[in-house]
Amino acid sequence: MAPDLLGPTLALSGILFSIGVLGALLRRNAIILFMCVELMLNAVNLAFVVFARYYGFGGHVLVFFVMTVAAAEAAVGLAIMLALFRHNQTLDLQDINLLHG
Amino acid sequence: MSPGAGVPLWLLLLFPLAGFIINTAIAFTRPSWKGLVSLVGPGAVLAAFAVAVAGFLQLQAPGAPDELTIHLWKWIEAGDLKIDIAFRLDHLSSLMTLVVTGVGGLIHLFSIGYMKSDDGYARYFAYLNLFIVFMLVLVLGSSMPVMFIGWEGVGLCSYLLIGFWYGVQANADAGKKAFIMNRIGDFGFLMAMFLTWHGLGTVDFAEIAEKSSQLVTNGPLVTAIALFIALGCAGKSAQIPLYTWLPDAMAGPTPVSALIHAATMVTAGVYLVVRSNGIFAHAPTASLVVAAIGAATALFAGTIGLRQNDIKKVLAFSTVSQLGLMFLAVGSGAYVAGIFHLVTHAFFKAVLFLGAGSVIHAMHHAYHSTHSHADAQDMRNMGGLRRWMPWTSALMWIATLAIAGIPVFAGFFSKDEILASVFSRGAGQAVFYLFWGLASLTSLLTAIYMGRLMAMTFMGQNRTGEAEQAALHEAPWVMTGPLAVLGLLSLAGGLINLPHFAGGHAWLEHWLEPVLKPSHELVQLTMPEGSTEFALIGFAVLVGVVGLVWGVRAVQRASIATPEHAAPETGFARVLTGQYFIDAIYDRFIVRPVHWFARTVLWKTIDQWLVDGVAVMGSARLLQGFGWLGSRFQTGQLGLYLLLFVAGAVWVLGVVLQ
Repeated sequence: MAPDLLGPTLALSGILFSIGVLGALLRRNAIILFMCVELMLNAVNLAFVVFARYYGFGGHVLVFFVMTVAAAEAAVGLAIMLALFRHNQTLDLQDINLLHG
Repeated sequence: MSPGAGVPLWLLLLFPLAGFIINTAIAFTRPSWKGLVSLVGPGAVLAAFAVAVAGFLQLQAPGAPDELTIHLWKWIEAGDLKIDIAFRLDHLSSLMTLVVTGVGGLIHLFSIGYMKSDDGYARYFAYLNLFIVFMLVLVLGSSMPVMFIGWEGVGLCSYLLIGFWYGVQANADAGKKAFIMNRIGDFGFLMAMFLTWHGLGTVDFAEIAEKSSQLVTNGPLVTAIALFIALGCAGKSAQIPLYTWLPDAMAGPTPVSALIHAATMVTAGVYLVVRSNGIFAHAPTASLVVAAIGAATALFAGTIGLRQNDIKKVLAFSTVSQLGLMFLAVGSGAYVAGIFHLVTHAFFKAVLFLGAGSVIHAMHHAYHSTHSHADAQDMRNMGGLRRWMPWTSALMWIATLAIAGIPVFAGFFSKDEILASVFSRGAGQAVFYLFWGLASLTSLLTAIYMGRLMAMTFMGQNRTGEAEQAALHEAPWVMTGPLAVLGLLSLAGGLINLPHFAGGHAWLEHWLEPVLKPSHELVQLTMPEGSTEFALIGFAVLVGVVGLVWGVRAVQRASIATPEHAAPETGFARVLTGQYFIDAIYDRFIVRPVHWFARTVLWKTIDQWLVDGVAVMGSARLLQGFGWLGSRFQTGQLGLYLLLFVAGAVWVLGVVLQ
């Protein structure tokens, strides 16, 4: 029987998620922000996987869903960024404020 | 016999209504088709007259029911309140339909000549036909709301016809004045209707008459109803304090003055009081008020009539005065005498107005021929017209003798009956002796101003002008013809209620008995008999003769200057010429304060400042402020949004986990 890794794994997941959140809040580059979002998604995936190991298979299913959505999101998001860069010649989020009131 | 069988009563309304629709169509599309209008307009009313006669004959037949009612359709049904569009032909309304369509038809015929060269010929007849429709709805309506349709409708037609020549500001103003004055009266009618429903639980005239016996005599409810009805009638029938619209209403074409403002519409108030006799019989105090208003109006308007120079103004104040006499009659409980005078007045006042119309027509042509701008209605410009207009002069003399109360003529019998009835009430309440005195004085004034009118118009030297005299002429037969018929009625109209002393059977009194049943027990007039009766009659005749002679002689003795040479009036004569300056007083104390209130308080303060400024713009500004605050968060910076999102998520998480 492998050692009980539930606690450490959840802690890792939490650390990864927090790094993602902080990165999303603090960085200005849209690509980095995008990567931070991916990091948050994968941190959640890690939590699902470790829960699945101890409490049943439901977590695995959700992980596949998240991966699918993340793939779709990556495709759409990168396309948007491409268009944004063509338009603005920059991906600095502070220079992109078309929605200000 | 089932009710409504026999004469198709709805035809009575349908004919003039069809006339109105056809004439309106012509007025809009082919206004020059005057021939067709001359056929349709009077034809529709004369056809209605034929139906009215048929209806009358059916009621008059032996064994006939007292009334015929037709229910056309349901109008209002709400809880206990059920109102049908229903019309009732009873003895009173049958008489009124005869007067309205008969006199109305003759006036339509007269109008063919009078309005011949007017551009609005088709429009004129459309209005006139519509008036007949509404007047018939008014007299035939079986309940107060249905009558109210007619009541408002005739007011509308009156407004349209007073302002018929709306190109002149004064005419349009006169129309508005009539309408607004009548609205005040309509308030009274409406209140009376609501109170009747509240107190008796019905607004149907027949049921009101039936249930009126439950009323507490002189109780607050019945007194309030009667006084509100009296207010409505004071508006429609031009009584103090709402009479000032009627003299101004003379701005309309003269046949309109004859039809609406003398013979029919203005008598609607008298009709309504008689129709509600069950209520008035239970309200002696309110009846006394009606009688007092009538007596005061009769005398007041009579004095004004003495010093008017516009021929139509004299007749207008004469009408107000005569309506006052009718009010005095119905207020004294002499309902038959009131209706009798209503009918005879319709005849002789129609003659006087139409005769005046012929005179104005001739004068207008005379001045038109020389392009003079002199006033064709000012009696100071007339004089000696008998030479050119023998027929008009003779017929107007008949009507003058009738209104002055000279025996044999129609007005003698009706006015005498009013005077006798009022006098007979004096035995119970001494104040009626005073009313009788006022009415007798009014008779004297009536005779004086009528003598003056006739002398100034038809007698003595002509003052129209040398060049103009050549164009003076008698009116065409289409105008004198109806005048002659009405003149005959003014002569013989007294026959409908010929008193016993003259060998008659007081037909009208018996005819109206079913209608007056509700008040029969309560109002018992003990008419003077024997020597008292003849003394009263002798006095009334003496008053009439003296007045006429006085009026004629006063004109003959004085030399009358044409308006441009006339010296300004002085003293009391100036007050009378100025109609006691009532218009100015109303203007100063009612119209202008209302204007001020409407402008400063209602418009500038309440509407512009409170509603527009504070309420409408204020709420918009407030929301705009909130919007501005909210928009400060919309920086477009994704970082801020994210931060708020995370903060929100942490907060929600904190709440959930707690």
